[in-house]
Amino acid sequence: MKDIATAPTTAVSNPPVQPTEAYFDARDVVRISATRDVPRPERQLEPVAKLIDVSKCIGCKACQSACVEWNDTHPEIGENVGVYENPHDLTPDMFTLMRFSEWENPATNELEWLIRKDGCMHCEDPGCLKACPAPGAIVQYSNGIVDFIHENCIGCGYCVTGCPFDIPRISEVNHKSYKCTLCSDRVAVGQGPACAKACPTQAIVFGTKEDMKVHAAERIEDLKSRGYENAGLYDPQGVGGTHVIYVLHHADKPGVYADLEENPRISPIVEGWKGVTKTAGLAAIGLAALGATLHGLFSRGNEVDDHDTQAADVLVKGRDPDDTHGGQV
Amino acid sequence: MNIDLSRRGFLRLAGAGVAATSLGAMGFGEAEAAEAAHVRAFKLATTTETRNTCPYCSVACGIIMYSKGDVKTGETAELLHIEGDADHPTNRGTLCPKGAALKDFVHAPTRLTQPRIRKPGASEWEEISWNDALDRIARAIKDDRDENFIATNEAGTPVNRWTTAGFLAASATTNETAWLTYKTVRSMGIVGFDNQARV
Repeated sequence: MKDIATAPTTAVSNPPVQPTEAYFDARDVVRISATRDVPRPERQLEPVAKLIDVSKCIGCKACQSACVEWNDTHPEIGENVGVYENPHDLTPDMFTLMRFSEWENPATNELEWLIRKDGCMHCEDPGCLKACPAPGAIVQYSNGIVDFIHENCIGCGYCVTGCPFDIPRISEVNHKSYKCTLCSDRVAVGQGPACAKACPTQAIVFGTKEDMKVHAAERIEDLKSRGYENAGLYDPQGVGGTHVIYVLHHADKPGVYADLEENPRISPIVEGWKGVTKTAGLAAIGLAALGATLHGLFSRGNEVDDHDTQAADVLVKGRDPDDTHGGQV
Repeated sequence: MNIDLSRRGFLRLAGAGVAATSLGAMGFGEAEAAEAAHVRAFKLATTTETRNTCPYCSVACGIIMYSKGDVKTGETAELLHIEGDADHPTNRGTLCPKGAALKDFVHAPTRLTQPRIRKPGASEWEEISWNDALDRIARAIKDDRDENFIATNEAGTPVNRWTTAGFLAASATTNETAWLTYKTVRSMGIVGFDNQARV
């Protein structure tokens, strides 16, 4: 008899080794790519969130190590190009990446070394899912996790275009799209993501989104008391909020953190293409089909009458068949 | 292969194709029966847990090693995963990037699994059995200690020092191992004694 896991409220716990049944599954899916009218789940799971406090991050990359180990990816050995980022961009084998920015604060004239852990934000309104044309390749669970179902992925790359944060990467090996899963397999058995558990300074913490907001508020208050007046929470509403949220000491300028989007939104092209254009296109197809059917049903086939025969003869033979004089027209 | 297809037949087929794909586009595509949503199977289910200490630095973080197969019951254990031990007072589950990547350290093809010796003047290491290695070490220790042991200082006070040899111990050991190491090293009179965390 398998125990059913309970929803995780922290990443600080040791994984179970006895067979444990996931606390959420296909029944908790609220959105499915290229599928409309997903039935509303019978239950609403408690939304989860990963909180990244960039002011506590020391850039050690334990999260990257832990991510690679847990997800069994095998990134290539990198090359130093003079910056600490390694690899130099997210890859299909590296779902999370420390991004380092050197920023001169105009208010203090001091150089600040800003470190941000980049990766999937698990948007409430996911652009990847909206853009995806493959039914069932991207799903969203009611706890907020946006997950790729690789068996259904066709590797078209629309999710990359649709993502406001430029996160998914297409594997050149199997032509499938990869990104952070929020360790859905760990969360399912009541554990936090591998990165959050490993983080030595606990700059990454995990729990219910409500708890994380409370924790963030405490951190922001602390930062403000230390002179960071603009400290704040990054939970962008342009994508309905996210399930990976940041505490930023310069929340008024997210762009200084390695170009974090000021106001992320799903590209209007994707919105338009999958919204108005798709509806209008389908309507046009429908109308054309309807017209063709009606035409086929109600109009009769063309029949040749005497007048047509005569006209054709004039065209072909160059004369009127009734013209007995044989003269030219 | 020739397909005997009239113009009318071709148009009919094409029409049917358009109709079918349009129906799909209008939301009747469930027939495609895509692979249902699922999370990856939890890979630590039914594995064997072994508590240990991270071998890197003297912080000595607690780790749990997860393996398929249990050595205690005579099986071969295949190490699958290592992560921080949340119950350990030192690290409470966290690990540094090196500790978080310990699995690859264990599986590394360059990992040292046998004693090796580089003889005086040689440029290459050669493998040596534990017995031979321990015999050589014992011999060298004995010879050096016999030659250089200082039993008393100039004033005639017993000091029992052996200053020509040093000992470098592991940094991440249990209390018991540390106690034994200390007693062994100091009982021989070794003065230069440190652990690798300060190297």
